[in-house]
Amino acid sequence: MTSSPAIEFAGVRKDYLSHGESVPAVKSLDLAIAQGEFFSLLGPSGCGKTTTMRMIAGFEEPTEGKVFLDGQDVTGVAPNKRDVNMVFQSYALFPHLSVQQNVAFGLERKKVAKAEINHRVGAMLEIVSLTGMEKRQPREMSGGQQQRVALARALVNHPRALLLDEPLGALDLKLRQQMQVELKRIQREVGITFVYVTHDQGEALTMSDRIAVMNAGLIEQLGTPREIYERPATRFVAGFIGTSNIVDGTVDRVEQGLAVIAKGTGEQVVVRVPDSVRPGRAIEVSVRPEKIDLHRTMPAGITGSLLSGTVSEVVYHGTSTNYTVATTDGADFVVFDQNAHDAENVASRGERVYLSWAPQHSYPIGV
Amino acid sequence: MDRAKRTLAPYLLVLPGGLWLLLFFAVPMVTMLSLSLQEGDIVNGFVFTGHWQNYTESLGDYRTQLIRSLVYGAITSFVLIVMAFPVAYWIAFYGGRRKATYLFLIMLPFFVSFVLRTISWRMLLTDDGVLLHPLKEAGILPGDFTVLGSPAAVIAGLVYSFLPFMVLPIYVALERIDPRVIEAARDLYAGPLTSFRKVVLPLALPGVFAGVLMTFVPASSDYVNSELLGSSETTMIGQVIQAKFLSNSDYPSASALSFTLMAVLLIGVFSYARALGTEDVMKVAAR
Repeated sequence: MTSSPAIEFAGVRKDYLSHGESVPAVKSLDLAIAQGEFFSLLGPSGCGKTTTMRMIAGFEEPTEGKVFLDGQDVTGVAPNKRDVNMVFQSYALFPHLSVQQNVAFGLERKKVAKAEINHRVGAMLEIVSLTGMEKRQPREMSGGQQQRVALARALVNHPRALLLDEPLGALDLKLRQQMQVELKRIQREVGITFVYVTHDQGEALTMSDRIAVMNAGLIEQLGTPREIYERPATRFVAGFIGTSNIVDGTVDRVEQGLAVIAKGTGEQVVVRVPDSVRPGRAIEVSVRPEKIDLHRTMPAGITGSLLSGTVSEVVYHGTSTNYTVATTDGADFVVFDQNAHDAENVASRGERVYLSWAPQHSYPIGV
Repeated sequence: MDRAKRTLAPYLLVLPGGLWLLLFFAVPMVTMLSLSLQEGDIVNGFVFTGHWQNYTESLGDYRTQLIRSLVYGAITSFVLIVMAFPVAYWIAFYGGRRKATYLFLIMLPFFVSFVLRTISWRMLLTDDGVLLHPLKEAGILPGDFTVLGSPAAVIAGLVYSFLPFMVLPIYVALERIDPRVIEAARDLYAGPLTSFRKVVLPLALPGVFAGVLMTFVPASSDYVNSELLGSSETTMIGQVIQAKFLSNSDYPSASALSFTLMAVLLIGVFSYARALGTEDVMKVAAR
């Protein structure tokens, strides 16, 4: 392992020409992906995540800036001269070649000896549990199997980094969850840097070491799954990753690093803020639905956040029950209540309820 | 009742076309086969005598023209592959939203009569025509240079006549290739040429195969191009058959030659298909 990052973007911008007009796909990108990391680019379609990945592979060249692989500038280097391999969303298997020939394709181009090719292909097919399928044609295989051929075809070359473009998108839910675990296991086994493009936040959270959440050609937030989920840096991230409740308000007072936003009589939102935040400042606070406690009567001795409202929707989800609560100041709050002990609902539709949560579960956005 | 209907339905659907073929294909074929074994002349009439010598004699007389036709047909198909492939490739991968327009442009000359087009070729290629005259004036070509009447002129005409029949099937094959598959080849260390040779070409071969079928057979039996653009040195078997039928009224040997040509083409096509069957085409290319 070298000390330089596996992949690095320095001041990268990418414009596309569309109807004679230049449209930015990636506006400004500075990013370093570490060796052996499982890194996800997460965002809605059109956010620039696929363009970013295609710039690593060499299928797109940045309009501005440079791309480095293992510290080497690869800007302008052809895809076939880059030591990274890609797993395409549609798998893009060679339809005229058998599984064996598909997987051997890269090694043959690299002029690896025949005996070694056979050995490595065999070993790789074992890792992806496709032993015995060497002679099959891609069209004779299921989606999940084709997916694994695509994975084997890329991994067998021991690339510096493996690029995966929504590889599980075409699989059904059960298979997708199975493949998520499988991918993570394979990544641990081979120790190769994985760059994973997805619009599925669940997928990104489960598998990644770090996630870059992208929106409109920019990285909104870069961090571990926990950081991104627990402490969304922007309103976009808070809304895109899971469900968030967002409270708008003005800081009334700051006590020992905790800002208090008063919301009518006895109601308040409490959030830890940096020293720079002073009373009078407008602020957005996010809180996750599962962190909120639901009460039928006004709870006593609350030092954290407390709001009241009326239940407008109750949806039973098996492991939890989801409540939608219309708060007094007009916001809709979502609360997940674990069905851990009893089967009774805490409250029913139309009932007046109180919401409370601890200060450490409130996060200020963009402060 | 319902079941009877369902069993009969496919046959009923095939009936009109089947009758048509029977009437206008099978019946003339049998008539021709019978004709090819008859003796006589137009004045006294033809009688069926099982005179198989019609075959050996006509083949003996016109072997040169038959072989020449097959050679011209093969050269035409080969030139067509070389010319049509880049065109089809460009339309399929770079045609964008105008693909249909480009294909229409390829087809456009074919809205003009076949014979008329060939006649205009003759005007183009004539010694003092718009093509050769300026080149001779400029001293680029010698004054006695001539194209018309040469095999090159005939083959050029054939190539022009059948261009769409090579472009279209290759286009269809290329159009079906997922561009990501080509990217995958580039990603797996294949340069542009290797990607083409290992991925694009094998996947396009069924189209090339179909194109050869659709051009070699009609080009080999063509009788217009050589008539209008060639000379006695380029006479093709189609012209011979046409002359025997229409000018000499030698129906038996014209029929015998037609059957010989058909047999040779069928044998050629089948051995070609056997050597490069679509399934095997891919395996050959994969090596």
